[in-house]
Amino acid sequence: MALALTEPGCPSGLAPAETPESPRADPAAFVRRNSSGQDTLELMVNGARCAGCIQKIERGLLALPGVIDARLNLSTSRLRVAWSPGALAPSAITDALSRMGYGAAAFDPAAAMRQVDEEGRNLLRYLAVAGFAAMNIMMFSVPVWSGDGEMGEGTRTLLHWISALIAIPAALYAAQPFFRSAWQALRVRRANMDVPISLAVLLTLGISIAETLQQGEHAYFDGITMLLFFLLIGRYLDHRLRERARTAARDLLALQAVTASRIGADGRVVAISAGEIVVGDSLVLAAGDRAPVDGVVLEGVSELDSSMLTGETIPHAARVGSAIHAGVINLSQRLVIRATARAQDSSVAELARLIEAGEQGRARFVRLAEKAAALYVPVVHSLALVTFLAWLFGPSLLRLGGFDVSDVGLGVALLNAVAVLIITCPCALGLAVPAVQVVATGRLFKRGVLVKSGDALERLAQVDVAVFDKTGTLTLGKPRLVSDLAPEVLQAAAALARVSRHPLSRALVEAAGPGVAAKDAREVAGEGVEAGGMRLGRRAFAAPNCEDASDDAAELWFSNGNTPPERFAFVDALRADAVQTIAALRARGIAVELISGDRPVAVEAAAREAGIEYWSGAASPADKTARLAALRAEGKKPLMIGDGLNDAAALAAAYASASPGTALEASQAASDIVLQGAQLMPLVEAIDVAKMARTRTLENIQFSALYNIVAAPLAAAGFLTPLIAALAMSGSSLIVTLNALRLQLRWSRI
Amino acid sequence: MNVMIVLIPIALFMAAVGLAAFFWSLRSGQFEDLEGAAHRVLITDDDDVAS
Repeated sequence: MALALTEPGCPSGLAPAETPESPRADPAAFVRRNSSGQDTLELMVNGARCAGCIQKIERGLLALPGVIDARLNLSTSRLRVAWSPGALAPSAITDALSRMGYGAAAFDPAAAMRQVDEEGRNLLRYLAVAGFAAMNIMMFSVPVWSGDGEMGEGTRTLLHWISALIAIPAALYAAQPFFRSAWQALRVRRANMDVPISLAVLLTLGISIAETLQQGEHAYFDGITMLLFFLLIGRYLDHRLRERARTAARDLLALQAVTASRIGADGRVVAISAGEIVVGDSLVLAAGDRAPVDGVVLEGVSELDSSMLTGETIPHAARVGSAIHAGVINLSQRLVIRATARAQDSSVAELARLIEAGEQGRARFVRLAEKAAALYVPVVHSLALVTFLAWLFGPSLLRLGGFDVSDVGLGVALLNAVAVLIITCPCALGLAVPAVQVVATGRLFKRGVLVKSGDALERLAQVDVAVFDKTGTLTLGKPRLVSDLAPEVLQAAAALARVSRHPLSRALVEAAGPGVAAKDAREVAGEGVEAGGMRLGRRAFAAPNCEDASDDAAELWFSNGNTPPERFAFVDALRADAVQTIAALRARGIAVELISGDRPVAVEAAAREAGIEYWSGAASPADKTARLAALRAEGKKPLMIGDGLNDAAALAAAYASASPGTALEASQAASDIVLQGAQLMPLVEAIDVAKMARTRTLENIQFSALYNIVAAPLAAAGFLTPLIAALAMSGSSLIVTLNALRLQLRWSRI
Repeated sequence: MNVMIVLIPIALFMAAVGLAAFFWSLRSGQFEDLEGAAHRVLITDDDDVAS
C-alpha cells in the first residue's frame, strides 16, 4: 500500500491518473470563511474510486501546512478542505491533488449551493415509519390469522385496535408523498398512479376502522402499511436515481463557471469568477487558460486552440486586434484581452440556448412507467366501481330474475370494492421500473459509464443510428507523432518542445518521454521555439529551404546548425477501440455516421480508417443539429456521440446522447451518458445493458398486469382476505425485484 | 393472556427505540455518503506500527 500511495492516481487502478493538462481555474475566487473562522473550499475530484483514494487524498492534504480538515465524499466526489486563514494558497490544494494524480476543480458556490437532499431524507423517514408500522402490525396480524377459529372475538378486536393505533397515524404520515402528488394531479384534472394509491389508503383505513368498530373479521391495517412500505422503497430508489442525475448535471454546470484574472485600476491582477466580468474589463489570459468571455486582444501574440469550439485541430494565430471567442484555449504566450461581452452574452451562451431548445424537445419523451400508468388508472377505477355497484344492486336484479338472494348491504359492497383497489394497487408496478434502473445504472457505473438521467437508458435502448463527432470523440483529440526518427534527434527536439504548450510540442514531448527542457529556449508565438543554434517549429521558421511535404499531416520541423533539418509528422489517431466499437455497433443493427467540423480531408481519412461510409466535414454546429433533425424526421432514433462545444447543441437535439469523459463540461451536461476513461467500447455495453433493462422492465410490467388479471376478479368476487392480500403484495414485489436483479447476474457478456 | 398487557408495550417500545435510532442517524448525516462509508472501513492507521 505504501508503494501504491506514491504513484499518481487511484491505487487500485480503477480510474486512470489524471494528467494536469487541461486548464484549471484558480480556486481563490471560491474560498469561503466558515463559522469557526477557517477558510474552506469545496472541490469536485475526478478519479477517486476506492478506499485507497480516500486515504491518499485526505492524508496528502492534511500533510499540507495549515490544513485542518479534509473530507472526501465518495458518493458525490466532493472534497471539502478547511485550513487556517493565510496558511496556504488555495492553488496549493489543487496542485497537491494533481500531483497525486487526481483532477480537481473548485465549485462556484452560487451555482452549486450545498443542498442537502431534503426530499430524499423525508422519503427515508416515511419509509422508516411505514416499515416500523408494517412489521409491528404483522406481530398482531399473524396471531389473528393463525388463531383463526380459536381466538375469541374480544382478543381479536383488541389486536385490531392496537393495529389501528399504529396504522392510522403511520399511514397518514407515510402516505404524504402520494397524497401530495395525487392532489397536484387532480387539481389539473389529471390522474396519475398516486390517485388510486391515495384512494386505496384512505378507503382501506376507513373500512378497517369500521370493521374494528363492528368487531368484524377483516381489518387491512397490515396490508395498508405494507403496501406503503413497498411503494416507498420504489419511490426512494427512483428519487435517488434522479437525484444522482440532477447532482451530476448541477456539478457540471458549476464547473463551467471558470475564473478570470482581471487587471484592476491599480494594475493589480485579481482572480474573479467569470460572472463578474463586465464589458471593457482587461483580462490576463496566461498560456493554457481558456477564454472566459468574448474579447479582443490588447497585448501579446499567441496561438489559439479552438478545437473545442469548431473541431478544427490546427491552432490559429492571435495578435493585437484579433477577436477571441469564449472557450478557446490560449496556447503559447500571455495575452491581455478586453472583454467585449459578458459571460452570459458570449458565444458560448449562444450555444447554451441551442442546447436548451434541444432539451425541450426531449422533455416530451414519455417513460414506460407513465405509459403503463395511463392505461392502468382508468381500468382499476372502473373495475372497483363496477364491483361496488354489482354487490349493491346485484341482489335486487337477481331477485327480479326470480332468484332467491338477500341484499348484502352497503358495507360488504364497499369492502369488496376496496379489496379490488388494495389488491390491484401498483406495488409491483411501482417497483418494476426503478428497481431495474437502479441495477442497470449501478452496473454501468462500475464500468465507468455515468448515466445522467432516469429515462436515458430507455431512450438508449431504442437508438438505430449512431452519429459520431471526430476530434476528441472517435479520435483521441491529440496529435500523435508518426515519423520514425533517430532517438538523439527526438531528444534534442523534445528539449525545445518542453517549453511550449502547443499541441504538437506536447505530442513530441510525450513521444520522447521524460527529460529536461533546453536552457534559455525562447518561444516565438506562431512560429516555434529556438535555443542556441536549434530551431523547432513551422517549416518557414525552422527549415525555410526544405521542400513542402506532399501529405496533409500536421508537421514540425527541427534544425540543428548545419545538419539537415528533420520533419516530424503528426496525426490525430483514432481511439484504440474505435474500429472495434463501430463494428460492434453495426453488428447490433445500428448505422454509423461521422460528422465533424474539421477539414474534409482529415474527416475522410478518419472515416476510411474507422470503416464509416457516411461522413461529412466542415460542419458547423447548426449543420450537425440539422443532420440530427433530418434523421429524426425520417423516423430514426439517432444517438449522438460528441465532446466539443460545437457538438453540445447536437447532443441535446439527438434522441439519446453520449460524450467521453474528456469532453467539455457543457457537452457532458447535454449528454445522457458520460463514458469515463479513454475507451469507446463501454458505449456498446451501455446500449446492451439498456436493451436488457428495457426487456426486464417490460417483463416486470407484464408480470404486474398478469398478477392483476388473476387477483382483481378474486377480490371483486369477495374472496380476498387480509392474509391473501399480504401474501400477494409481498410476493409480487419480491418477484419484480428479483427479476431486476437478474441484470446484475449477467456478467458473462463483453 | 394477561401477560400481553405487559409484552405488547415492551415490544412497541423496543421498536420505537429502533425507529428513533434511525431518525438520529439520518439527522447526523450518516446517509450522506454511503459509498465512502463502505470503503473507509478498509483504511488502516498503521503509520505508528510501521515506524
